[in-house]
Amino acid sequence: MNVLRPMILALGFLLLWQAVVSLSGVPPYILPGPLPVGQAVVTHFPALARHLGTTMAEILLGLTLGTILGTLAALVMIMSPFFKRWLLPVLVVSQAIPVFALAPILVLWLGYGMASKVGMAVLIIFFPVASSFYSGMQRTDPDLLELARIMGARRLKVLSVIIVPSALPAFASGLRVATAVAPIGAVVGEWVGSSAGLGFYMLHANARMQIDIMFAALTVLAAVSLGLYFLVDRLLAKLVFWQPQGGIS
Amino acid sequence: MDSFAASRSRVVDMRDAPGITLDRIHLNYADQPLFADFSLHIPGGQTTCILGPSGCGKSTLLRLLAGSPHLACAGEVRFASRPDACGQVSWMSQNDLLLPWLNLLDNVLLGARLRGELRERDRDKALSLVREAGLSGCEGKLPAALSGGMRQRVALLRTLMEERPVILMDEPFSALDALTRLRLQNLAARLTQGATVVLVTHDPLEALRLGHRVVVLGGTPARVFETIDPSGPPPRDPGDPGVTAHYAGLLARLMSREGE
Repeated sequence: MNVLRPMILALGFLLLWQAVVSLSGVPPYILPGPLPVGQAVVTHFPALARHLGTTMAEILLGLTLGTILGTLAALVMIMSPFFKRWLLPVLVVSQAIPVFALAPILVLWLGYGMASKVGMAVLIIFFPVASSFYSGMQRTDPDLLELARIMGARRLKVLSVIIVPSALPAFASGLRVATAVAPIGAVVGEWVGSSAGLGFYMLHANARMQIDIMFAALTVLAAVSLGLYFLVDRLLAKLVFWQPQGGIS
Repeated sequence: MDSFAASRSRVVDMRDAPGITLDRIHLNYADQPLFADFSLHIPGGQTTCILGPSGCGKSTLLRLLAGSPHLACAGEVRFASRPDACGQVSWMSQNDLLLPWLNLLDNVLLGARLRGELRERDRDKALSLVREAGLSGCEGKLPAALSGGMRQRVALLRTLMEERPVILMDEPFSALDALTRLRLQNLAARLTQGATVVLVTHDPLEALRLGHRVVVLGGTPARVFETIDPSGPPPRDPGDPGVTAHYAGLLARLMSREGE
């Protein structure tokens, strides 16, 4: 059933897509049907795979770096009230800046290559990871902390044995959000200025009116992003086995 | 069997278990005076059960004994052996507070691990306690796989592992079904023998079964309504004269006070 449902959903989506195309009679340069797009995926597979490689590298690098930086920031804030007082407002205010508006600046500073896209992904991944991990650690059961105090615990041990594991379910939901938005960061970076990657390939095809290729690139991107999300989701569910599951159905 | 006996006598050395004196305690909670000029002596090496309706401040009293830094109070808490609670008390609460990411044995060993002084000796001792509590074979299980009674037994073992002369228990068995509760009370009474135990409860039967002394608390600000020393050593049978002689009267007085 668990395998069947997504397949039915995907099939339903394809049928709906085809129905819209057939019934509305939109020309293929506005919305090509699923079949031509499927054909385009097959025909242009080598080019798509090459650009996908670039985009995936940006996504994974951004995800890794953003997660490491977000985790470190949360740890620093929980361990030092001083840093918390200075860092927390900066973090909150930074969220008021539309990060995508920074894309041109990142390209200006970091160049046309991969660095600016990774930077973009890091910027949007950092906050969900840092804030979810930090608030997860802050919500540690005060009774557990009192128990640790009575036991004469060392500070770092309380952090590693109690506080961090307590926060891992919250951290996991932050990481899920980060995984979902990471491809957006990479692709937006590519749109602003690049010479490789699926975002670049889409713009390139768009300029040449190769709408089927554009949709093919979009399809590949969506499929890979979904795959990555489910992979991370399953992995986290296995590793952080004590997170509450299916409370409300 | 020898190792069991050895481990049991090592849990607490009776000579170390100090009496505790609360001297003219003043404490406000949410702008209400919870304690005003409150004094109480808790004898060393015995179990004192503090009985009272919920909200009468008995849990706060326990936190006070534990030296909680979050309580602003005037007055003095004196331990007969040393001036304060530091390193002398261990704590067991109604919520088992087991860490869901650690298995049974690691939960029992939590204190040593948190102090960064986990030794092979601790592991052996934990294993023999686990055996004594009838939990052999479950050492590697996670708390999620244990029943409520088993979890609370693990919490009891974690408390005993600390080898502290003073054991503070905050309604430790109130979330359990009646039979499991009786069994756990017996186990706790056996394993905490010789320690200064302060057990807070709202169950008169539990207090009369386990307490060398039962202190009935009530009112705002809280005061001691009466002190009972039931006859015979705990744990007393529910049908024991030491229990039956006081049970009905105690229950009636608690109920009349709730209605006040």
